[in-house]
Amino acid sequence: MRTEIEKIKETTPHQDLTEGLMVFAGGTSKVVQTGEWRTNTPVFYAEKCKQCLLCAPVCPDSSIPIKEGKRGEFDYEHCKGCGICEKACPFGAIEMKGGVD
Amino acid sequence: MAIKGRMSGNEAVSYAIRQVNPDVMPAFPITPSTEIPQMVSNYIANGEMDTEFIPVESEHSSMSAAIGAEAAGARSLTATSSAGLALMWEELLLAASNRLPLVMTLVNRTLSGPININCDHSDGMGARDTGWIQIYAENNQEAYDNFIQAYPIAEHAKVHLPVMICQDGFITSHAVENITLMEDELVKDFVGEYQPEEFLLNPGKPIAVGPYSVSNYAMEAKKNQEDAMVQAKEVILQVAEAFEKISGRKYGFFEEYRLEDAEYIMLIMGSAAGTAKEAVDELREKGKKVGILKLRVFRPFPAEEIAKALSKAKAVAILDRCESYHGTGGPLGEEVMAALFRSKVSIEAVNYIYGLAGRDFTVDHAKEVFGELESMITKGIRPEQFQYIGLRK
Repeated sequence: MRTEIEKIKETTPHQDLTEGLMVFAGGTSKVVQTGEWRTNTPVFYAEKCKQCLLCAPVCPDSSIPIKEGKRGEFDYEHCKGCGICEKACPFGAIEMKGGVD
Repeated sequence: MAIKGRMSGNEAVSYAIRQVNPDVMPAFPITPSTEIPQMVSNYIANGEMDTEFIPVESEHSSMSAAIGAEAAGARSLTATSSAGLALMWEELLLAASNRLPLVMTLVNRTLSGPININCDHSDGMGARDTGWIQIYAENNQEAYDNFIQAYPIAEHAKVHLPVMICQDGFITSHAVENITLMEDELVKDFVGEYQPEEFLLNPGKPIAVGPYSVSNYAMEAKKNQEDAMVQAKEVILQVAEAFEKISGRKYGFFEEYRLEDAEYIMLIMGSAAGTAKEAVDELREKGKKVGILKLRVFRPFPAEEIAKALSKAKAVAILDRCESYHGTGGPLGEEVMAALFRSKVSIEAVNYIYGLAGRDFTVDHAKEVFGELESMITKGIRPEQFQYIGLRK
């Protein structure tokens, strides 16, 4: 039953689709840009950030990337603007602003 | 060796659930199915089974939890009736379209209103287009036997669809009758362990269940679901054959009771078939050529097989324990008549409505129906279509 999802296209006959359209892969949400659903946007002030990393684990959309132990700029292609990170930051390094950008 | 017992329908199904010992059972109480989660809880509390029982806050949640558990890789089960099934409406379609082989024991009860707790088939019939396999029982024995066959049908690679095991509320669920039970080991061997190929809690093999589907895919997915329902026919018969080998009890899409030379046939489903059989026996003693086609498998609908079984009769009475409120009878009436038409079987067919909200259906009622069929053929007196049996006028 396991099918390589890359082989499934919009022209694939019904017999070759997966059962219940099950997707046999992980992390497939990365390829879909869902950040545009946002109505509020977090702004990151790097100069106030102490790199305590309290913000990253509370992000429901994994939109705070961490590289070599340090957080970077938000992944705005997937951030939904929920504002949890702003509440988690003890140093005022994240501020929610209205709008998508 | 078979075990002789005396049980109600709810006891019989609960006994079968203990024997199958599914992994997860979320349930919410509703009359007349309440006893099933209650009895299962007792079995669990007594250490006789180790199913994870989840007391949820509604039937919307019980079906959602059953779907989640099944997708995670657990053999799942729930029980409900009437308004409980209605509250599951959205999730019923999801269970089927996500191709999850979970099982529900439905104890048929009317839907409001007027509000009433007694038996008819309006709950199950309301779910007739949700993509579930539906198997109906005449008595406690059949409810027990059908439940044991449920998972082997649902989990078969050609099917992967949810199964509803239906019995009549109170009439079957609460009436104590003799029953022949099977040994635990025999049942466990027959049903086997659940070994899903793909499931959510499968490390290293991630999947997504029920993803959003754009128009270019959704129609194809629905066709595949329909194909699985058609393929289920073959599997249902295979499982019945295997079950007969271990139990000695034979099942098919329907039971043909004294049909061989029958001129007048009553097509009926559920507990009232027992009453109708008594009428047939009495009429046969008077030389009347009458018989019963008792439908067991309503979904998938065995249209061609029914048409063939009715083809030599002069007239058929199709009895619906459900009103469809569209002016042309009940669901069984519609589907059987359509089946006859498509198979070019031109016999007289009359659709009756009976037993709504627990109204009695008696041997005399069944005899009157056979009398009307005979008068139609021999005297040309056409009975009223869609008439209510036993209605005060």
